[in-house]
Amino acid sequence: MTTKSKKELDVPKSSASIDQTKQILITGAGGALAQHVISILKREYRIVAVDFRRRVELGEDIPSYKVDFNKRGFEDIFRTYEFDGVLHLGRMGLHEANRTRRYNMNVLGTQKLFNLCLKYNVHQVLVLSTHHVYGADAYNPALLDETFPLKASELTQDLVDSVELENLSTIYKWKHPDLHITILRPCNIVGPGVRNTISMLLSQKYAPILFGFSPLMQFIHVEDMAEAIATAFSQNRPGIYNVAPDDWVSYQDALVECGCNRLPILSIPPSLPKFVAKFMNTRSFPEYLVNYFKYPVIIDGSLFRESFKWKPGRSLEEIFSYYREVK
Amino acid sequence: MMRKLIKSLVVSKDLESHIDKMPKEVGSLGYDAWGFNSDINKIGVALFKKLYDHYFRVEADGLENIPKDGPCLIIANHSGQLPLDGTLIGIAMEMNPHSPRAPRAMIERFFPTVPFLGNLLNSVGAVIGDPLNCAKMLERGEAVIVFPEGIRGSGKLYNKRYQLQRFGNGFMHLAMKYNAPIIPVGVVGCEETIPAIANVKPLAKLLHVPYVPIALPFIFPAKVHLNFGKPMHFNHDQNETGREITEQEVTKQVEQVKSAIRGLINKGLAERKRIF
Repeated sequence: MTTKSKKELDVPKSSASIDQTKQILITGAGGALAQHVISILKREYRIVAVDFRRRVELGEDIPSYKVDFNKRGFEDIFRTYEFDGVLHLGRMGLHEANRTRRYNMNVLGTQKLFNLCLKYNVHQVLVLSTHHVYGADAYNPALLDETFPLKASELTQDLVDSVELENLSTIYKWKHPDLHITILRPCNIVGPGVRNTISMLLSQKYAPILFGFSPLMQFIHVEDMAEAIATAFSQNRPGIYNVAPDDWVSYQDALVECGCNRLPILSIPPSLPKFVAKFMNTRSFPEYLVNYFKYPVIIDGSLFRESFKWKPGRSLEEIFSYYREVK
Repeated sequence: MMRKLIKSLVVSKDLESHIDKMPKEVGSLGYDAWGFNSDINKIGVALFKKLYDHYFRVEADGLENIPKDGPCLIIANHSGQLPLDGTLIGIAMEMNPHSPRAPRAMIERFFPTVPFLGNLLNSVGAVIGDPLNCAKMLERGEAVIVFPEGIRGSGKLYNKRYQLQRFGNGFMHLAMKYNAPIIPVGVVGCEETIPAIANVKPLAKLLHVPYVPIALPFIFPAKVHLNFGKPMHFNHDQNETGREITEQEVTKQVEQVKSAIRGLINKGLAERKRIF
């Protein structure tokens, strides 16, 4: 924890010179998505970036801090800068900590962030969630809209923090309408620099599949997602939105398109692939996501597309050609 | 890719150009949101059409009643233990010389849990029977096949053949909400394909399947008659007094559809000269 107190915080002089624009905080600055968002929003806003993993170097115009949301030092950043808005993109992943620590950082840390936003009169918060919150269930209909129940925590304890983060955001959204909370639930974010499960799988030469199952999936390019986030933040229409293109492909077809060789894992009995995933213990095929390689979670992104007049610019072919080229 | 090779071997150019006339929107890689895949669908039609033409020798009447485009509900009687009736109605719809449509059959919820079969059924157009699926498909202008009897119809024993079981009301609510015409269909012949004399309920419960019939492990080549009736319109969810329609009134409308299907079954039975 290297967060400095109010007096110790280094405020770059150059950031103060852009005084015509609003000041915003972006969490999770170390991720590829956040860096794309920063590169778009820095034209309009003065940005402060934080990450719990490390201090990210983003140039002298953008103050950057390593910070734990649950530590008192986090408040110093709110005291130092007068934020107009917050983009909460940072999340602690499964591979980074155990269940309790993830809950503390992702759920309680987010609660701390909301409380600081209320205390320091921040008017807008955008929260990045995930389509995983719906849960991969055999009985899922397709084109789940934003009102569909969040069933992920029924299927695995490891997604409880993702669902709880959403529930907490929703509670604050209704209890504090002045916070103008927007929650985005994107489909699989992929592309250069993205280090999530599905992106790592598409990058590999060999990728596991569950024998006899090839669930339909949706993919969004990291740059398109960054533009979606920037658009949603700029237009400030509070609500809950799925973010996905109106295009689909089966998991196995996606692997073939990316030049991956398929590695079949027996899918019956259902406990077997979970055991294999636990035994493999890799970031690219975690036990808690095994059901997502069996049953589809297809979301309806039409509300977001229509509300923000947005559509993705990159096709599935463009997305997959990147993975073919990096092999 | 293997799929392209199989397609080039089994799908004729004539068949492909006929199916391409369907008003069916798919994504950039040939899929739709429910897993329909245009190439796998064509392979499925090419293979099943041989059974349709030569094994079940299907006679389909009234195909001109299916709208060329826009949402519609194809409502039929269910029979035969396996979803052969849905498959044959689907082939009839795709091969319709007047206006081919992509068939979207609503299937039992346990199918997605079965390796290979779940994905295969989705690829050719089948979708789990969830009202949200049906609603979203009608919203997107699809032609949806529904068997309102559900497993009550498909799992019934041979001594109850051609006796319509209770219809659910869900399809009628969706027809009214999405202004979708209902095309009643009478299926004759599928009852005789797998005649069952009993259902082993304890085993079905143990296996988590709807029923386990006692029947010969053979699909008989019964001749199948499909009669598609005139479109029925139930466009209003309010009655003539402007009051919202009650469930009792919805049931009456469902009975009208049931009665139309009964008439079409009787027509098929009268047309049938012999079972096989």
